[in-house]
Amino acid sequence: MMDAGRHPNIKLLTNSDVTNVSGYVGNYKVTIRKKPRYVKEELCVGCLQCIEACTYKEAKFPDEFNMGLGKRKPVYLPFPQATPQVVLIDPERCIQFKTGKCKKTCAEACDRKAIDFEQKEETLEVNVGAIIVATGFETFDAASLPYYGYGKYPNVYTALEVERLTSASGPTGGEVVLRDGSHPKSVGIIHCVGSRDEKTNRWCSRVCCMYSLKLAHMVKDHTGAEVYNFYIDMRTPGKSYEEFYDKVLSEGVHFIRGRVAPVTDWGIVPEEEGKLVLRVEDTMVGVVRRIPVDMVILSVGLQPQADAGNVASLFGISRSADGFFAEAHPKLRPVETNTDGVFLAGCAQGPRDVPDTVAHAGAAASMAIALLNRGEVTISPTVAYVNEKLCSACKTCLSVCPYTAITFDTAANVARVNDALCKGCGTCVATCPAAAIVGRHFSDEQIIATIEGLLREPAAKTVEGARA
Amino acid sequence: MSNTTFEPRVIAFLCNWCTYTAADAAGVARMEQPANVDVIRVMCTGRIEPMFILKAFSEGADGVIVSGCHPPGDCHYTNGNFKTFRRMPLVENLLAQYGIDKGRFHWGWISGAEAPKWAELSRSFTEQVRGLGPLSWKTQLASKED
Repeated sequence: MMDAGRHPNIKLLTNSDVTNVSGYVGNYKVTIRKKPRYVKEELCVGCLQCIEACTYKEAKFPDEFNMGLGKRKPVYLPFPQATPQVVLIDPERCIQFKTGKCKKTCAEACDRKAIDFEQKEETLEVNVGAIIVATGFETFDAASLPYYGYGKYPNVYTALEVERLTSASGPTGGEVVLRDGSHPKSVGIIHCVGSRDEKTNRWCSRVCCMYSLKLAHMVKDHTGAEVYNFYIDMRTPGKSYEEFYDKVLSEGVHFIRGRVAPVTDWGIVPEEEGKLVLRVEDTMVGVVRRIPVDMVILSVGLQPQADAGNVASLFGISRSADGFFAEAHPKLRPVETNTDGVFLAGCAQGPRDVPDTVAHAGAAASMAIALLNRGEVTISPTVAYVNEKLCSACKTCLSVCPYTAITFDTAANVARVNDALCKGCGTCVATCPAAAIVGRHFSDEQIIATIEGLLREPAAKTVEGARA
Repeated sequence: MSNTTFEPRVIAFLCNWCTYTAADAAGVARMEQPANVDVIRVMCTGRIEPMFILKAFSEGADGVIVSGCHPPGDCHYTNGNFKTFRRMPLVENLLAQYGIDKGRFHWGWISGAEAPKWAELSRSFTEQVRGLGPLSWKTQLASKED
């Protein structure tokens, strides 16, 4: 990440949104809204003295990177490896923005005068030849499943929260502790929360088995607790993954094949008092078990970003039934989209782990570079063109084109099809009231001749083997 | 094999990416399909003009199928299937006004992975049209012109 930030040919625009995309392969014009961070990026060196000097002596606002388990100040670095290493100010929390009456000790502390409370939102326009969409995923919202008790019982965590607890640079410095500060003696990890479930998301999120194994290993290593995994199937494809599963098995982590019933704190026997009780049918032995634990970890699945629909329409790409962005071909063209010059990388296209994401992203970058270096593109001959003598300038075709390939030439008073943008679907050909648009290879004459030709032949006499 | 046996003629307009792929796969998998169905491939169902459907009937077809990619997201061209979704109910009205039984026209969605569904549709639709008997729109139109 840092290398990308330092590379002379890479310009990073963080804290920014794409608001419009126009043009076509080799010639895209992208409009970007750059949100203010109230710190001049070119001046800030990431010394973090402003954070030290902030009027708030204690950090008191939930830290998003640590899933709210840690605290941050209104001026902060989002996370230790943030690229670029530039702080930002949260205008919702900063006293200067809220009241206009702060001592501005952060600005005083900055000897490079990088803090700028007057910074405004900027709109940039860039011309690019290719676009790689790598907008990632979001994790399943565990609170939307009330039966696992997330948000109700304080010691029910999501996997990402526990990952932060196990991290040496996390809010607890790597101590796996419960909300009251004590160490858990038993931990239950519930797999497939928001995955492989007809009620939520039907797909396998692919990474959860492996990260659950990692957490089981880490939690056992950090606390020595008894760790129980509740799984449907263990899915460990990938180099060295099955071996890691074997290692975790040999460490004495328990694996119970079965779906967990609602998580409760209703103890029946004294050992269950004050604990979270996981009731589960162990389908390997065919008995229902009750397992009391101190901490429950929900292995939440991966799902498309909430705004994936908007992003898809912005870049003119489609989405598959699960909501992730659709590749041009599931096996042979997993990086390209059906819009030339727009590529996909990572979980925006579907759940995948780190090595697969690195490979996918490398492929996307290579394809983009190969496309641009060639300097020219080969387009399909199946495109539409407008017979300008017949065009009545009604502009109906402009509204139906999914690729905005048709533009209206006001001077000549005719519509024109851009060959590079047209994909040859023929919707405009069918729509044109003046029959002025011709779809190459699928013209009205060709289709009508096919209908006539097919029906000129005598009817097939038999059902079986009429035409060998 | 008597000459009096009625064999319906069915024209199917299929989109290249979904139903045509399914029909192709059904053939490769040797699924049983009636020879009564003749397929015309278009790139997208959005290309299908109502005129094609009327033309097929007027040239002697007894039934017509239009099939493409499942809405909402399956369309190769983002939203061509939505245009079909809007257009085909209008075609149904038009055919009713011409006195063509609604059982002679089918429109719907079959994805590239649904080859058995296509084979089943081609069989059941052919039987449905067989039950309705010959349309003979061509001869009716010709007699009106005389």
